[in-house]
Amino acid sequence: MTDQTLGRASGPSLKQRRQRAAFWFLAPMLIALFFVAAWPLLRTIWFSFTDATLSNLYDAEWIGFDNYLQTRELSSGRVVYRGTLVDPAWWNAVWNTVRFSFVSVFFETIFGLIVALVMNAEFKGRSLVRAAILIPWAIPTIVSAKMWSWMLNDQFGILNDILLNLGLISHRIAWTATPETAMTAVLIVDIWKTTPFMALLILAGLQMVPRDIYEAARIDGIHPVKVFFRVTLPLIKPAVMVAVIFRMLDALRIFDLVYVLTPNSAATKTMSVISRENMIDFDKFAYGAAQSTLLFAIIAVFVSLYIWLGRVDLGGERR
Amino acid sequence: MSHPLIKTIGFYALVAVIVVFAVFPFYYAIVTSFSSGTALFQVNYWPKSFNWVNYETVMGNRNFVRSIVNSVFIAGCTVAFALFLAVTAAYALSRVSFRGRGLLLMTILAVSMFPQIAVLAGLFELVRFLGIFNTPWAMILSYTIFTLPFTVWVLTTFMRDLPVEIEEAAIVDGATPWVIVTKVFLPLLWPALVTTGLLAFIGAWNEFLFALTFTSSESMRTVPVAIALLSGASQQEIPWGPIMAASVIVTVPLIVLVLIFQRKIVAGLTAGGVKG
Repeated sequence: MTDQTLGRASGPSLKQRRQRAAFWFLAPMLIALFFVAAWPLLRTIWFSFTDATLSNLYDAEWIGFDNYLQTRELSSGRVVYRGTLVDPAWWNAVWNTVRFSFVSVFFETIFGLIVALVMNAEFKGRSLVRAAILIPWAIPTIVSAKMWSWMLNDQFGILNDILLNLGLISHRIAWTATPETAMTAVLIVDIWKTTPFMALLILAGLQMVPRDIYEAARIDGIHPVKVFFRVTLPLIKPAVMVAVIFRMLDALRIFDLVYVLTPNSAATKTMSVISRENMIDFDKFAYGAAQSTLLFAIIAVFVSLYIWLGRVDLGGERR
Repeated sequence: MSHPLIKTIGFYALVAVIVVFAVFPFYYAIVTSFSSGTALFQVNYWPKSFNWVNYETVMGNRNFVRSIVNSVFIAGCTVAFALFLAVTAAYALSRVSFRGRGLLLMTILAVSMFPQIAVLAGLFELVRFLGIFNTPWAMILSYTIFTLPFTVWVLTTFMRDLPVEIEEAAIVDGATPWVIVTKVFLPLLWPALVTTGLLAFIGAWNEFLFALTFTSSESMRTVPVAIALLSGASQQEIPWGPIMAASVIVTVPLIVLVLIFQRKIVAGLTAGGVKG
C-alpha cells in the first residue's frame, strides 16, 4: 500500500511516525463523538432501568426491567403485567413505524428507479429535471409538512379541490385528521420529499453501467424491458441495496414529519414520537428512555440482518 | 414497436409529470404566501394578487427574525466545528493505514445513522449538566452527532481518491503530517469542504427533534421549531398565510444554494454509499 512504498523511500520509522500522527489526528473527533453519541446512548440505556423523571434525574433509583415488563401479584391472586412490552400504545407505535417504513421505502424505490432511469437518458432539459427534483430534497421537513398540511386541508386544500374536480371523490376529505387517511397523508409527503434522494443514489449506480452494454443489447435486438431486468437491474443492485438501507434507517426513526403533519394522531404515532412524548411531555422520562432503547435495539437488529442477508457493502471498499 | 414519435411524447409526458410533482407544492406555497384575506380561502391555481402583507406579518414578528439569527449561528458553528475536527481525522482515515481502520470507518458510518431519539435522554441530561439548556450551545453540541460523522465520511472518500504523488514530495522533504495536512491537502480540499459544509449546514438548518427538546423560550427557537409552532391570534385559527411566507423565506436561500452547487451536491450526497 501507500505507506510501504513511501516508508522504503525515507527510513523505517516513517510508518510509525505517521501512525502516531494519525492517532492524534483522530483523537479530537473520537472524543467529540464519545461525548455526543456513545455517552448519551449509554446514559439513555441506564435511565431505562431507573425510575428517573424530568425533575428527578440524579436521584433516580435502579428498578431493573420494570419499565420494560413488570409483574405484580394482586392480593386476589391475579397477576398484572405492566411496562412497555405490554403497552398497547407502544405496540401500535411499532406497527405504525414498521408499516410506514416498508410502504414508504417501497414506493420511494419504485419511483426513485423511474426518475433515475429518466435522468439517465439523454434528452433536452435533463438539467432542468435534476434541478426540479432537488427542490423537494432541499426543503426542510418541517416546511414540507406545513406546505402539505395546507394542501391537504379539508376546507381550503388544493388536493381536495383537484380530486373533486376530477370526480375522484364525492366529498372533501380531512386527510390529516381522519384516522383512516392520516397514514396515507404522511406517506404522500414522505414519498414526495425523499424520492429525489433515492433517485440520485440509484442514478449514481446507473451511471457506472458501461454504455456499450446497452449498445450491444440494441444491436442484438433485445427488448429494452428485458435488458432492464436482465442486465441493468442486477448491475445496479448494490447501489439500490445501499440506498434502501439508508432510507430504511431514516424511515424507522421518523419524528418531525409525523409530529407536525398529524399531531396527536394514534393512527400515525411512531416509536420516536411516542418515546419523546413519554420522556418530555408526560414526564415519564425513564419509560420513554426504555422505549427509545427498544427502538435502538430494533434498528440494530434490522441493520445486522439486512447486511448479513443482502451482503451489502456499505463502505464501498472491497478487499 | 410503437411509433418513435409516440415514444418521445410519452417520455416527455413522464418528464413533465416528474417536474410538476416535484415543484408544485413549493409553487403553491409561494402563491399562498402572496394571498391574504378571503383570497387565502379560495383555491387558486395561478397567482391572483401580489400582497406582501404575510411577509410583513412574519418579518414583524421579532421572535421569528430572532429564530433565523439563531439558526444561522447554530448551523454555522456546528459546521465550522465539524469541519475543523473532520479534516485531520479524514486525513488519518484515508492516507494512513493502521489496524482497525475499517472498523472505525464502519463505526463512524453507524453513528451517522443513529436514531437520534436513542441519545435524547442522555443528551438531555448532558445539556442540563453543562447548564446550556435553552441556549444555542445545546444545539451546537447535539448536532455534532450527525454533522461530524457525515463530514468525516465524505472527506475520507474524497481524500482517498487523491493521488499518492501529492504527498510523496512533501514526505521526502521531511514535512510532518501536520504540515502535510495544512499545506498540501487543505488547499486541494476547498471544493470538498464547500460541498460537505453546505450539506452539513442544510442538515443542521433543518433539524427539529433536538431543537424542539432543548429550547423552552420563544426567542431561543430555531427556524423549523418556530415554523412548526407558529400560532395565530386565537387557538383555532391557523395563520396559513404567514406560515407559508415564513416557509418561503427560509427555503428560498437553501434552494438557491442547492441549485448553484447542484453538481457538487449530487456528488457529495452519493459519495457515502455508492462507490464501486
